Amino acid sequence: MSLFNTFQVAGSAMTAQSIRLNAVASNLANADSVVSSDGQPYRAKQVVFTATPMGSAAAQGVRVTQVVEDSSPGRMVYDPRSPVADEKGYVTMPNVNVVEEMTNMISASRSYQTNVEVMNTAKQLLLKTLTLGQ
Amino acid sequence: MTLSGEVVVVNKLDGFLSFQQQALALRAKRQQVLAGNIANADTPNYKARDFDFQATLQQTLAGRQESAIALATTSPRHLAGTDGSAVPTLGYRQPVQASADGNTVEMDVERTQFAENAFYYEAGLTFITNKIKSMLSAVQGQ
Repeated sequence: MSLFNTFQVAGSAMTAQSIRLNAVASNLANADSVVSSDGQPYRAKQVVFTATPMGSAAAQGVRVTQVVEDSSPGRMVYDPRSPVADEKGYVTMPNVNVVEEMTNMISASRSYQTNVEVMNTAKQLLLKTLTLGQ
Repeated sequence: MTLSGEVVVVNKLDGFLSFQQQALALRAKRQQVLAGNIANADTPNYKARDFDFQATLQQTLAGRQESAIALATTSPRHLAGTDGSAVPTLGYRQPVQASADGNTVEMDVERTQFAENAFYYEAGLTFITNKIKSMLSAVQGQ
């Protein structure tokens, strides 16, 4: 029954988008974390989406294949009183771009909503199929 | 009723509904493909896929689908048919405005097609229901 595959496809997209949303939340929460668990400034994390077949070749779901760290340099802030400032008085801040993360958040949330709608439509069609001939 | 009479009635019922059944199965397949496009709206380098519904349905009805496996009939009471696994030939959608990451999913197009396909699926269900009802009234003869 192909419509059950639709559930899986939309479900995989919802999982992927929620992982993306998680990464955004982590980035925004740590936008000012000058020291992370490894002693270095926090680095922005980005998810990588890959299309993946679900059940049949025609149904392409999506999954997060890896979470990569943004390699761009962190921004430098002059704050000589900070305990982590270098000899010139500069502190390396995380390389999180807050504006970029906000647009990422909106995009993830919209995609999630769309996939919920897809799932609702598939459910409605399946329920109607169950009442066939009545 | 004789055995052959039963077979004739069943075959006729099967033939009566098979067109709608094939169309509905293809609609469900297309719904799945379109859901895949919507799911991959943010996947870099994903190319939106779709198939020509009309052409595929005609091919399926003409029995020209190479992939469809015909059922073996070893008894006169068996119904002729395929395993229903008609695999549509998927094409790639031509994007109106291609995006920078190589993704060709255009949400407006996909959502329109998705809604349209869902509507036709429901229409197919209604047709089948009405056919069953008219068949029932013919059988009951009241």
